[in-house]
Amino acid sequence: MKFVNEYRDPAAAEEYARAIARITTRPWMIMEVCGGQTYAIVKFGIDELLPKQIALLHGPGCPVCVTPVELVDKATQIAARPEVIFCSFGDMLRVPGSERDLFAVKASGGDVRTVYSPLDALKLARENPARQVVFFAVGFETTAPANAMAIHQAKQAGIGNFSVLVSHVLVPPAIEALLSSPDNRVQGFLAAGHVCTVMGYNEYPPIAAKYHVPIVVTGFEPLDILQGIYMCVRQLEEGRAEVENQYSRSVRRDGNRPAQELVAKVFRVVPRKWRGVGEIPQSGLGLAPEYAAYDAERRFGLESYTAEEDSECISGPVLRGIKKPHECPAFGTRCTPEHPLGATMVSNEGACAAYYHYRRRDRKQEAAAASASRGRADA
Amino acid sequence: MCLAVPGKVLTVTGNDIDRAGRVSFGGIVKEVSLAYVPAAMVGDYVLVHVGFAISVMDEAEATQVFKYLKQIGELTDLEERQP
Repeated sequence: MKFVNEYRDPAAAEEYARAIARITTRPWMIMEVCGGQTYAIVKFGIDELLPKQIALLHGPGCPVCVTPVELVDKATQIAARPEVIFCSFGDMLRVPGSERDLFAVKASGGDVRTVYSPLDALKLARENPARQVVFFAVGFETTAPANAMAIHQAKQAGIGNFSVLVSHVLVPPAIEALLSSPDNRVQGFLAAGHVCTVMGYNEYPPIAAKYHVPIVVTGFEPLDILQGIYMCVRQLEEGRAEVENQYSRSVRRDGNRPAQELVAKVFRVVPRKWRGVGEIPQSGLGLAPEYAAYDAERRFGLESYTAEEDSECISGPVLRGIKKPHECPAFGTRCTPEHPLGATMVSNEGACAAYYHYRRRDRKQEAAAASASRGRADA
Repeated sequence: MCLAVPGKVLTVTGNDIDRAGRVSFGGIVKEVSLAYVPAAMVGDYVLVHVGFAISVMDEAEATQVFKYLKQIGELTDLEERQP
C-alpha cells in the first residue's frame, strides 16, 4: 500500500538504528505519547533495535485506556436501558467498569453495537426514530472532528433521538501534567502525529521551552518512529529543546483549520478525569452550551454519578511511564485481554495488551533458546 | 484509537459538510467524508480516521524520511574523513 509499505523497509530501519547508536553518548528517556506508536514499537521490536542507553517510556496516549471508570459505568447504565441502541468503537466494549463492561450488558440483552464511524451511529438514529441512539464519543484531538461532525449534523437535521456520551481528552495538558509531576523521568517526547495532523503543533513550543524538553512530532510507521527518535536524541545530545516535525507528509504547523473550527463550535474545554492519573484541569472536551441537548449524561440523568478506580491495577504508573506492564504481579495471570483488570490490557494500543501480544511470546522463545543453549553447554 | 490509514480518492461528491467521496485503501473502497479536506481532489491520497479524511498527503514531503537518512549518512562520512 502506498504511503505505508515504503516506511517499513528493514535496511533503512537498521541504518537509522545505527545512526542513533552513533550519536548516543549517555542514557536518555524518551516517551512516545500515542498508543498507536507504542503498538508499532512493540510489534516491530523498534525498542530492541536501539542502543541500551535509550529507554522508551509508553505514554498516556490511548483514549480507551484513560477513560475513567465512572464513564464506563455511565455507558453500561445507559446501554442497559431497553429504549437505547448504544454505539461504540469496538475497543471500548471490554473496558471494565465498577461492576461490568459493555460486553456483559450486550450478553444480558442490551442493544450494544460496534460502529466504525460516529456517522454510522447517526445513520442508526435516522433509521430507528422510536429508539434512543447513544454514541460513546471517546478520543483524542484526532477523533474530535469526526464526533463534532456527527453532533453538528444531528442538530442541523433535527435528529432528536441521538445523543453522545462524551469522554474526549487533550494531549498537551497531559504532557504538562506528566512534566510537572515530581516523579517525572521523561526527557524528550515523540508527539502524536495524528493528533497534530488535526491540531498542528503551535501548542508545543511553550511546553518545550518551559520544561526544556525536545518534542518531535512523529508518525506511526517504523521508519517514522526511528527518525523521530534520532531527531529527539540529537536534540538531547546537543542540549536543544525545540519542536520539530518528522511527520511532514501529513502534519502542517497550523493543522487542519476546518476541523479545528467545527471542534471549537461543538465542544468547549473542560476539566477531565484520566484513569490512573486523576483530574487534569482543562484537559478534555465537553459539549458547548448550544449542543447541550445532545448530552447523554443530561438526557439520562447521570451527571452527578461518580465512581472510584480499582486498586490492584497499576495502569496509572504504566500510563505515566513509571512502570512497565510486566512489573505488575497480575500481568498475564489474573489480568489478560480476555479478562482485563484495567484498560491498558484492553485496547490493542494499551501498553499492557501490546506487551501481552508481542512480548510474552518473545520471552517464551528466549526461555526456549536459553534452555537449548544450556543443553548444549551441558553436553 | 488514533489509527489513520492513507487511501486514494476515486470520486468526490457534495459540498461543505456533505462533501464525501469513495476512497481506495489498497483496493478496498469505502465511502469517506471529505468535509475537512476541501482541497482534496480525485487522485490525491488522504489520511482517513473513523470515516473522515483529516489531511491530504504531501507527495513532496513523503520522501523526506529517506532524504534525511541519506543526509545524516553523508554527514558521518564527512566527519569520519576528517583527521
